[in-house]
Amino acid sequence: MADFTRRQLLAAGSAAAALGLVGARPAFSQASVDFAGKTVEWWMPFSEGGGSDVWARFFAPYLSKYLPGNPNVVVRNVPGGGSITGSNEFVARARPDGLAILGTSGSTQFPFLLGDPRVRYDYAKLIPVLVSPTGGVCYLPAKFEVKSPADLGKIKDQELVYGSQGATSLDLVPMLAFRLLGLNVRHVFGMQGRGDGRLAFERGEATIDYQTSSAYLTNVTPLVEADTAVPMFSWGVLDAEGNVARDPTFPDLPHFVEAYEMMHGQKPSGVEYDAYLAFFGSGFAAQKPCMLPEGTPDDIVATYRKAFADAVADPELQKAKADVLGDYEQAVGDDIEKLYAVATSIKPEAREWVRNFLTTEYQVKL
Amino acid sequence: MIDVFVTSLHNLLTLHHLGYMMIGVAVGLIVGILPALGGIAGMSLLLPFVYGMEPTAAIAMMVGLLAVIPTSDTFSCILMGIPGSSASQATVLDGFPLARKGEAARALSASFSASMIGGLFGALCLTGIVIVARPLILSFTSAELFMLAIFGLSMVGVLSGSSLAKGIAACTLGLAFGAIGTAPANGGERMTFGSLYLMSGLEITIIGLGIFALPEVLDLLRGNSSISSTGKLGRGWLDGVRDTWREKWLTLRCSTIGACVGLMPGLGGSVSDWISYGHTVQTAKDKSQFGKGDIRGVIGPEAANNSCAGGNLIPTLLFGIPGSGSMAIFLAAMILIGLQPGPGMADPNRDLNLTYTVVWTLALANVVGTAACIALSPSIARLTTIRFVLFAPFMILIIVFGAFQSTRSFEDIVALLVVALTGIFLKRFGWPRPAFLIGFVLAGQVETYFYQAVQFYGYGFPLRPIAIVIALVTIASLWFTSRSRMRQKEAVPGGITTDIEFEREEDETAAARNLWPQVVFTAIAVAFFVFTIVEGAENSFLDAVFPIAVGMVGLLTAATVLFWQVRGATGRGTAGNMNFDLDDGTTSGSLWRFVGWLVGFVAAIGLVGFTLALIGFFVAFLKVVARSSWLQTLVLTAAAVGLVLLLTSILHMNLPGGLLQNQFYDQLVWPLR
Repeated sequence: MADFTRRQLLAAGSAAAALGLVGARPAFSQASVDFAGKTVEWWMPFSEGGGSDVWARFFAPYLSKYLPGNPNVVVRNVPGGGSITGSNEFVARARPDGLAILGTSGSTQFPFLLGDPRVRYDYAKLIPVLVSPTGGVCYLPAKFEVKSPADLGKIKDQELVYGSQGATSLDLVPMLAFRLLGLNVRHVFGMQGRGDGRLAFERGEATIDYQTSSAYLTNVTPLVEADTAVPMFSWGVLDAEGNVARDPTFPDLPHFVEAYEMMHGQKPSGVEYDAYLAFFGSGFAAQKPCMLPEGTPDDIVATYRKAFADAVADPELQKAKADVLGDYEQAVGDDIEKLYAVATSIKPEAREWVRNFLTTEYQVKL
Repeated sequence: MIDVFVTSLHNLLTLHHLGYMMIGVAVGLIVGILPALGGIAGMSLLLPFVYGMEPTAAIAMMVGLLAVIPTSDTFSCILMGIPGSSASQATVLDGFPLARKGEAARALSASFSASMIGGLFGALCLTGIVIVARPLILSFTSAELFMLAIFGLSMVGVLSGSSLAKGIAACTLGLAFGAIGTAPANGGERMTFGSLYLMSGLEITIIGLGIFALPEVLDLLRGNSSISSTGKLGRGWLDGVRDTWREKWLTLRCSTIGACVGLMPGLGGSVSDWISYGHTVQTAKDKSQFGKGDIRGVIGPEAANNSCAGGNLIPTLLFGIPGSGSMAIFLAAMILIGLQPGPGMADPNRDLNLTYTVVWTLALANVVGTAACIALSPSIARLTTIRFVLFAPFMILIIVFGAFQSTRSFEDIVALLVVALTGIFLKRFGWPRPAFLIGFVLAGQVETYFYQAVQFYGYGFPLRPIAIVIALVTIASLWFTSRSRMRQKEAVPGGITTDIEFEREEDETAAARNLWPQVVFTAIAVAFFVFTIVEGAENSFLDAVFPIAVGMVGLLTAATVLFWQVRGATGRGTAGNMNFDLDDGTTSGSLWRFVGWLVGFVAAIGLVGFTLALIGFFVAFLKVVARSSWLQTLVLTAAAVGLVLLLTSILHMNLPGGLLQNQFYDQLVWPLR
């Protein structure tokens, strides 16, 4: 009874978002799976208004549209503990009935990859149904007169300053990248977001920075046009084989691996590069996975994979995706496993190396 | 430029736009009046509807909401002593005593008129400043922001009441509480005891509710009357408006403070609130009534928090850096509807007209919101005449539910209980709670900006021109404060009871005969500071500097207080103005009985989850304490449960569970799980 009342309230509360989309479209059904009249909870271990929250809220109405029975899809925020809390709760609580899904981000994957003892979720056991990539561009002030990564050697002895959100945050990726390139970068921590880092760059406090694609396009492009900033490289994306490829948003810009080659004349390799690749995959190329709980029956998994594939193909979504998803190809259907594996696994020796690096260089206690 | 104005005005004054703005205003009013829900909850309520809406309509709706919340949340500040949001904590200090004196009507209308002026003034400033805001914001680096934070801390002198030592000790206690969690520099975890919950630190909401609201509720329960001690609403609406008019310069000065602080990314609403309250006290000739119901103490912060909400829009729109939690959701909504904030928002050839539409919607919504608040006040203000024992369980529910909004876990409620116990003792022993709040609010800024300024500019950072100006203002402000402290000291022979007494009602003397209870509390504070130092020292150098420095200052001042109190307690001399205990010789019954009720409620949540505990608590409290009839008990309980369930279902929340839920989660259905 109580459940019924709630459902009605939920419907009243959030149907409006989906209303226009659900409409009279006949619901196709995948064998026996039908969510008619049900509510799907999309668990979000971050608070309202963050990047991942926006991502889930963007997808929610389309997911509702393509799941058989057009269930209500609501985003339930369970913030705290740097997103570990909510994810732990999900694996402890969610039943494998297709009515609870989890969306996480790089900042949830990183503590898992680093072996944080408080993590109780295991990505290997969760079942991915969507993986969304993201990207970013690294840039320098024009005053260094570095035109392309080939000139990066000119400033390798000069101390650069980067405004960072913390050594174990998503900014671990640029930290590993700069180190791999051989740049001498001092990381100033305590930034509240990439926006703060950009502000520090604009003030001249920071002398190297990166922004995610949409923030780069709106906020850094004017600086490039005014000749105060020069783009160096994008982080790149991962293709279906797991190779680093150019970012479709910035096809003219070399990606990180190309930049390394332009600077050093050879491809990067070794344990440091393995570590970088793992965190790059997890933080960018496969940043946001959406997953079903362990033990979910195959027909529900198939239903979800198809629903997300259909959602991504929806022309309306394609039209509206601009700032939320960028030009990145959303991994859906059967391609998903490979990308997901890249985002959620790390070689043991690479993990050891990073842990050791963070402890000795940045006094991080792991 | 003119055509930009015309386009924006044209956008603004369409029926379509105004209609959506009114929806936002209406939601904002409701959310603001319900004390536990602030701007963040309001914005998350609107978020699902925003998607797919036409951009200007969505913006009108959200800005309408953002504009009225700092006005409508004043109801709970003044009528119940519950801070409606983190940006309106200072309003409680004088607003609630005014309501208790039976002057709720006057306090409300003064606050609404000040809010409106603040909002309009803020919008006016923003209209002029948008074009030059970019270079202005860029010229305030970490060095300047650090100096501003220090300026904020210097307000402790004004907010300390009779004993400066206790003021500084309370402030450092706040700073130490603020140091809990992940450190900004090396990410070390300080004073977290390995818990994930404390990793992100204590939330300002919980601190405000625990330090101000709960001690007040418990104290009122002893009195067993209504909130308004006269049982009446008291005189006039017009008086309040007249008060604001008389204090028009104060209103404008505080609006300026609010707009400036709002403009700076990284300072936020609570900083502007406390700085403007400090400024109000500092510039008042007669300080004797502050903390006991001085109307100026309401006008100042209320003017500031509305103009701050406007100022906040600038970093959000121009840099994509949200100045507050609700701005973060506003930003998210903009991205969802396809608007990416950035420099284009200040460019006359691009989106400047949109920015102006936003700013003026804010101004217009302010006026509409104020009118609505004034119209609603007479009926809402009646709450203060209800027998308090009937009202108290609702207030406790609201406070607990509000605290639970922080991370939506049971730990929020436990944290609230711990903070409330601290608050009860701070209040009882005359440690100024405003000083504690200032410390807590600024802890993060002081540490982060100091570290960043040293990293970016070296130890010479205070020599940057704007930093020097702020330093001079701080010195002038300190000099001004110390002069007025001295002068008042001379005026009273013996120099014991002077300045403002934040923790004292009426003119009762709070000097205790038995000093041992305060000695014990001060000793605990000393021990806590020692712990702060010892625990802090285990971190890497960069993470250890702040807790050690704070702990040292706290240890020194708390030890001074302890020295005098022990002297008094052992009869070797007088403890002078260190002796303060509101409970010594009190006749109004024990506070601990009600603390017991609170602990019982929290423990019950821990056992059987929120819903069942709530029912049990309401029924038991109303039957035992309020001695209600069964009918009344059941009606009130049903109302409370209904309200909570409605809110949680709209917000898609699960209520905190207890052991029962942990064991039988799968068998239970909402709302039990």
